[in-house]
Parts: sequence; structure tokens; C-alpha cells
Amino acid sequence: MVPLVSIQGLSVAFNGVAVLRGVDLALGKGEALGLVGESGSGKSVTWLAALGLLPRHAKVTGSVRLHGRELLGAPAHELDQIRGGRIAMIFQDPASALNPVLTIRKQLSEALALHRDLQGEAVKAEAMRLLNLVGTPDAARRLSAYPHEFSGGQVQRIMIAMALAGNPDVLIADEPTTALDATIQAQILELLSSVRREMGMAMVLISHDLGVVAENCDRVAVMYAGRIVEQAPSNQLFADPVHPYAQGLIGALPPLDGPRRRLTAIPGTVPDPARMSDGCAYAPRCALAAEPCGLAAPTLAPIASDRTVACIRAEASRRALLGTAAE
Amino acid sequence: MGRYFAMRIGRAALTIVLVVTFAFVVLRLSGDPALMILGPEAPPEVLAAFRKAWGLDDPIWFQYLDYFSAIAKGELGRSMRDGRPAMDLVLERVPATLALTLPAFVFKVALGIPAGIYAALHRGSAIDRAVMMTAVAGFTVPSFVLALLLVLIFAVQLGWLPSGGQDSWRHAILPIATLSLGGAAVLARFTRSAMLEVLGQPYIRTASSKGVPWRKVVTSHALPNAAIPTVTILGFMVGTLIAGAVVVESVFAWPGVGRLLVVAVANRDLAVVQCILLLVALAMVTSNLIVDVLYGFLDPRLRAKGAHA
Repeated sequence: MVPLVSIQGLSVAFNGVAVLRGVDLALGKGEALGLVGESGSGKSVTWLAALGLLPRHAKVTGSVRLHGRELLGAPAHELDQIRGGRIAMIFQDPASALNPVLTIRKQLSEALALHRDLQGEAVKAEAMRLLNLVGTPDAARRLSAYPHEFSGGQVQRIMIAMALAGNPDVLIADEPTTALDATIQAQILELLSSVRREMGMAMVLISHDLGVVAENCDRVAVMYAGRIVEQAPSNQLFADPVHPYAQGLIGALPPLDGPRRRLTAIPGTVPDPARMSDGCAYAPRCALAAEPCGLAAPTLAPIASDRTVACIRAEASRRALLGTAAE
Repeated sequence: MGRYFAMRIGRAALTIVLVVTFAFVVLRLSGDPALMILGPEAPPEVLAAFRKAWGLDDPIWFQYLDYFSAIAKGELGRSMRDGRPAMDLVLERVPATLALTLPAFVFKVALGIPAGIYAALHRGSAIDRAVMMTAVAGFTVPSFVLALLLVLIFAVQLGWLPSGGQDSWRHAILPIATLSLGGAAVLARFTRSAMLEVLGQPYIRTASSKGVPWRKVVTSHALPNAAIPTVTILGFMVGTLIAGAVVVESVFAWPGVGRLLVVAVANRDLAVVQCILLLVALAMVTSNLIVDVLYGFLDPRLRAKGAHA
């Protein structure tokens, strides 16, 4: 089966500093994929690069295909149709993601006019339907309001409505709830899940919150220092992480059941992208690192039919985890 | 909204009073008009008669109160040189000044704003660097140096244009060019940085991610936001239309308000100086008020605040 979106060897460099170092990722139709990792690991850059939204001085190489069609280097008018029309995106800080001097109506209609070919009254009717869909009360009156007249949660709902305006196949949600209160977070995630099911849309949920990803995604990819280090179905990753970094991330989460235990922190810090060694980027922080780890960066290799890991010590790592579990 | 404007107008009136007071005190403490106008060789009794006639030997606070009560009656005094009403003297110079500053304003805007926008959109390109270098040069070179340079090139060396006077439209070219270049440089720098600031905002990325074509992202998303800071500097430029050409008028011997000001200050022709300053303050304050109104028009966030203030 041809995946909906297929990313191969995607690399990005800013002024000669590589921030993305060969990302391979596939997204199936209607699938919910979680992308986790620390800030700066390249989660957002992956998708901004895929859609050509990075500043001009960013050097992007590799391949990003949507329905088999190459997006990197595609002409601007083609990309404009894909952005918002096939792949829509919502961002972290909803308050600054909407234009402060334009009404909600203007910003919603723009997307509708671009991708749905709607005119006049039909635009307004559809804009109202979308606002109702995302749970904005009093849609008719709110259309003529400006972004600053809404709360953060409401603005994120409007952003979602705007993203849905083009009937996209994929919604990239880039830390959609990070800037919101905990109670609003749950509502927004619930809204995203329900619109995804209703519209049969695929979704990429970018988050540093493992809990959010575990609850909302079928599959998870873990990123570290510009690479994907492990991908697996959500339940398997959380039950049985293989990459030492994934283990570290999950070990740092408090368990909901069982006896209380000391949370483990990952020693050291994320490497500076300007001073990266040739070897595995995680090796300096890794308890299992061996000599070959410093020589070449490991590539993603399958360890089961639906799992891949980029670690030459995967077997040892797995044994170590089973060992701790057995104790 | 009414209270908001009442407050603004109150503050504007206070500004004018302060400007006039400051000028009044400084002028009266810094020289004797009788000596300046009649000359040091004038007989003492003539000087004394002059001082008495103009009320110059009254205590300063008395002169000050006298001056303000006259303003309240709409009298701005008379020139000590020829006894004509100061207001008439100033107003008859205004058209000559506007003949320079209005076209210069148009050129500044037509040149500076597009150059700034272009430079911001092509940041780091050769044209951006060229625009910015020109702008820094136009920004730092004082207008009298630029004026003399233009005279040297176009009047002395090439002999294409006259170096001073007001006999034909050709005489206006160099002064207008001097004013335009400096102003365009300021505007280009300002517009560029306003535009760069806006282009880095998340909502620009949102617009692009919706599939809005770049040209439209610039025109309907970036420009309306960048207009807000640019209007501030435009307002300031409108405020200087009446007396913003003091140096240039002096260099090119252009008989406008600016030159009148220089002559009047040199002579301590108090009524004339104060009349000009009053006019300048009024122009500044009015353009500031217009800018405030425009802010509300351009930025819905301020509109809401204004309504509640």
C-alpha cells in the first residue's frame, strides 16, 4: 500500500548547521501518528520543511511525497494548493497564530475561498458550520470579532476550524495544547480526535507530552537530535521501549499503578547541533554505549513487522529492560 | 471613546503651552531684542524707548501673563522689526515652505516605503544591502552637507540647476531632493524593520500554511500589521511640513517659514519666533492626534482599549 505521506532522508540545515539528519517517516490514510522528543529534536522542523514553510536560508534535502507526488522543490502554486488543502497545520501558540488585525470571518473565508471555491453567502454559511463544529458558541456573532476578543482555548478551536476549512487529508497539530490550561487541553484533544474520526483525516500530533501522545495516537515516532530513533505502535512503545532514549523518556514518567518508585532522569543534555559527532547522537548520554556507537550513526532497522529502532545495542537494551523488569 | 479623546486633546493643549512657555523664557533670557534690532551703536535713550514701547522692561512674569492673555484674544503680537502682525508675516511664508515640503513628503513616501518593503522581502540580498547602505548614508549625512553636495554637483559642476533663490520651479528641485532623500532614508529603514518584525510573526506562517499565495500573504497579512508602526513616523513627518525645512531653506535661500525663523531668532524678534513655534507645535500636536485616530482604525486591539479608556 502506498502511504499517504512518505518522507525519506529529509535533512535540514540552517547556515550549515544540520538540525534534521535524514528523517524517514510514513503516514497512512486516516492514521494518528505521534511525534515525540525534546524541544529542538526536529519534530516541527520536519513538517515545516515538508510543506516548504521554513525560511529561505534553510537548506532542505531528501524527499517528501504526498500520494506519490514530490513536494520538495514543487512550484509555489502547487504547494499553495497542498497547504491547507491536503495538509493543514495548527500551531503551538494560538494567540499569536491568528492575524491580530483581521476578523475571524476574513481569516476563515480566506481558506474556504482558496480550497473550496465557495463564494458570498456560501462562505459565511460554511464558516459558521465550521465554528459550530469546533464548538464555538454564538458563531454568527463571533465571526465579526477579532482574535484578541477570544480566550486561548477558543482561538485554538478557531485555528482547528480554519485548518478543517480545506477538507485536508492530514492535520499536523504542532504542540496544539502546550500553551493551554490543563482542562482546556483535554477538550482540544478530544475535539481533534472526534473531527479526525468524523472526517477520516490522518493526524500527526507533535508533542513533548508522552501521555497526550499515548492517548491519542495509533503509532509513535520518537525523535532525538534530528533523527527518528524508534517507531512503534503506541501501546508497544510504552510497554516495551527498545531504544535507550525511548526507555529514558518513559522511565522519567511516573507510573499510574504499582508501588511508588524513584523517577529516573536522563543524564546529560541534548547535544549542540553545531558540534555533533559522527556516531550515535545519544551515545554520550547512553548507559549502554559501546565503542562502535561513536563511529557511525545507526540507521532505523526493523525489529518486528511494525517496529523500527535505530540502535546497534537494541538487543542489549531490550535485555537490560527485561532484566530490570524481572528484578 | 469621548473621554479618550478629551484626554488626548487636553494633553495636546498642555504640550502647546509648555512649548510656548519654554520658548518665551529662553528667548527673553538669551539676548536683548533692542540691541539686536537697533544695533549696538544706537543711543541709549532710543534703546530705552524701544524697550518701553514693547514692554521689555516689565518683569518677565508680567510679560508672560500679558502674552498669554493676548493669545487668548487671538493676538499673536507684532514683529519688532517692521511692526506688522507676526501672524501675517508667518502665514505669507507658509506657501513657499509647503511648495518644498509637500512634494518632498510625497517623494519620501513613494521612495522610502516601497524600498523598505522590498528590502525586507529580499533580506540579505544585494539590493537589500544596497538599499540599507543608501539609507544609512541618507540617515547620517546632515541635510546641510547633502544640500551642499547637491549644489556642488548639479549647480557648480554640471551647471544644470540653480543653487539658490525662488525664481522658477527649477529652483525648487535641489531643496526638494535634499529633503526627500533624507526622509526616504529614514522611512526605508523604518519600514524595513517594521516589515521584518511582522514577517517573523507566527500568523504569517499560519497564512502560508493555509495555502495563501505569498504575494497575498504580504499584501493582506503583513502590510496591514507593518502599517501600524510606520504610521507613527509618517505622522511625525506630517508634523514637520510647516517648519521642517529650516536648514534646507537657509542653504538654498528659499524664503519660507524656516528662513523666517532663523532671521527672527537672530534678531530676537520675539513675536515672530513665538508665532512660528506655536504653529509648529499645533501642527505636531494635530498630526499626533491624527496618528492616534489612525491607530484605532488600523489596530482593532487599540480600538477596544480606546473604547474602554
